[in-house]
Amino acid sequence: MQDLHFKTITELAALLESGELTSVQLMQAVIDRTAAVDEQVKAFLSYDADDALAQARASDERRAAGQALGPLDGIPVGIKDVLAVKDQSVRCASKMLENYVSPFDATCITKLRQAGAIIWGRLNMDEFAMGSSTENSAYQTTANPWNLETIPGGSSGGSAAAMAAGEAIATLGTDTGGSIRQPAALCGVVGMKPTYGLVSRYGLVAFASSLDQVGPFARTVEDAAIVLEAMLGKDLKDSTSIESLGETNYAAALKDKKGPWTLGVPQEFFGEGIDPEVKANIEQAVDWYRGQGCTIVDISLPHSDLAVPVYYIVATAEASSNLARFDGVRYSHRSEAAKDALTLFTKSRGEGFGDEVKRRIILGTYVLSSGYYDAYYKRAQKVRRLILGDFEKAFEQVDAILTPTSPTPAFKRGERTDDPLAMYLSDIYTISVNLAGLPAISVPSGFTESGLPIGLQVIGKAFGEAEMFAIAHAFEQGHDYYKTTPKL
Amino acid sequence: MSETPHIDIDYVANLARIELTDEEKAKLGSQLDDILGYFDKLNAVDVSGVEPMAHAHAVTNVWREGDQPGPVFDPEVLMQMAPESRENQVVVPKVVE
Repeated sequence: MQDLHFKTITELAALLESGELTSVQLMQAVIDRTAAVDEQVKAFLSYDADDALAQARASDERRAAGQALGPLDGIPVGIKDVLAVKDQSVRCASKMLENYVSPFDATCITKLRQAGAIIWGRLNMDEFAMGSSTENSAYQTTANPWNLETIPGGSSGGSAAAMAAGEAIATLGTDTGGSIRQPAALCGVVGMKPTYGLVSRYGLVAFASSLDQVGPFARTVEDAAIVLEAMLGKDLKDSTSIESLGETNYAAALKDKKGPWTLGVPQEFFGEGIDPEVKANIEQAVDWYRGQGCTIVDISLPHSDLAVPVYYIVATAEASSNLARFDGVRYSHRSEAAKDALTLFTKSRGEGFGDEVKRRIILGTYVLSSGYYDAYYKRAQKVRRLILGDFEKAFEQVDAILTPTSPTPAFKRGERTDDPLAMYLSDIYTISVNLAGLPAISVPSGFTESGLPIGLQVIGKAFGEAEMFAIAHAFEQGHDYYKTTPKL
Repeated sequence: MSETPHIDIDYVANLARIELTDEEKAKLGSQLDDILGYFDKLNAVDVSGVEPMAHAHAVTNVWREGDQPGPVFDPEVLMQMAPESRENQVVVPKVVE
């Protein structure tokens, strides 16, 4: 039998239901695995084994009483350190929140608890979700389980690495410009960003509010769909949350929707900067769909090359405003050297924030400042609409869009830390999706010659998760990449 | 904006209320100038007549429906995270001279 920690939610749910497995046994297996490998991987900032086992016992008791809650009951789900879990630290991998303990659960956590999931551990990330390699964590650097010398991607690098290493059965991440999909691709797991508004942001520490979304990492597309389905819904605590305007019975969609689909391939995503192995791999994936009877259409998203500059204006502007709350007064780091109201802010923020966070707050402050607002921020917002328009036009003729998730496989640690612009270009294929508010998923599509994973991105229509999942699921089930696990 | 963009790092750091060391200023300053240079490609786009887009969906102000008073956080729980407190209040450095 395959190790428990590498099984899927659907496999484990069946074992739990038949009584062949208890949630306590499963949780203990995941704890043992984590204890064995996390010294190398460093995916977790912290975890509380006793608390997790107590949740597992409660799940087993529900099941014994005939009150099991569904496929997630008793399944350990790891949580990115940016999401609030009651009575646990929420540090966003920052010194700024070193002492913060959340008095409440994020809405997505509440919903996972209602579905019976075990809330498991705090996963490493780039500080305040700013980065593409998880090297911006103030606490530790996470390794890619496929090659410990390389980065796991970011910002949800801990969530992706924990999945690849078998330290959780599913995990949550957040995606502002690709922070779920890019690490999923680099770590060879499934990662999905929902349509903007589908999952409440209440309890998610805000980075860029018009772009941030919570989403799942999982071993399979079906597992990702199960986790997402549990988190859906309008929430009075987040005025931008919305009931899906599309189909949300994803399990049924995976069974019923078999294509053939009309799929768009944007020429702009295969040009300069793409690694030749990634390019060949994604072209092969496109050919696979063609072989299944799908119609492949060459499309154009002409404003694609502007997505990165638009993103780094819009996102940093929103960040400079959102992160103003970390002021050294109520719950964040306070400088010992603060002598008055002004130095309370300036010194506490100078000490508490890391380099990338400072860089983005300053950039965001600049593009919003008097004299530059129109030239940068307002212009970027206009180009954002043009980017959305490109997608709307493409979706008039296609069901979904296929692209690489990342232009390169995992890169070496330290390779881009001194070149922020090179780091920003890691997200070149994922960012436009956030600007347009669309759903997208990264699904494993093979390996480079040196054994690093590659991811295929499927971009769906707004609220078109059901179709998008079905398209990704078809590819996944036609291959066995998801069954391959790294040797640790 | 044809000339090379340049950030007055002292001015902006002050607006952002972040104290930077001299070393940080030098490093950040040149990195930010590079990034701003990269932003310049937005100037080549014709955006006349295009409405700025702030959100993925049209977001309008909404009245909160059914907003009922509910349980609130225990002040003592919240005060545990304050860097300094006295009698359930946050202590800060002297603000008024």
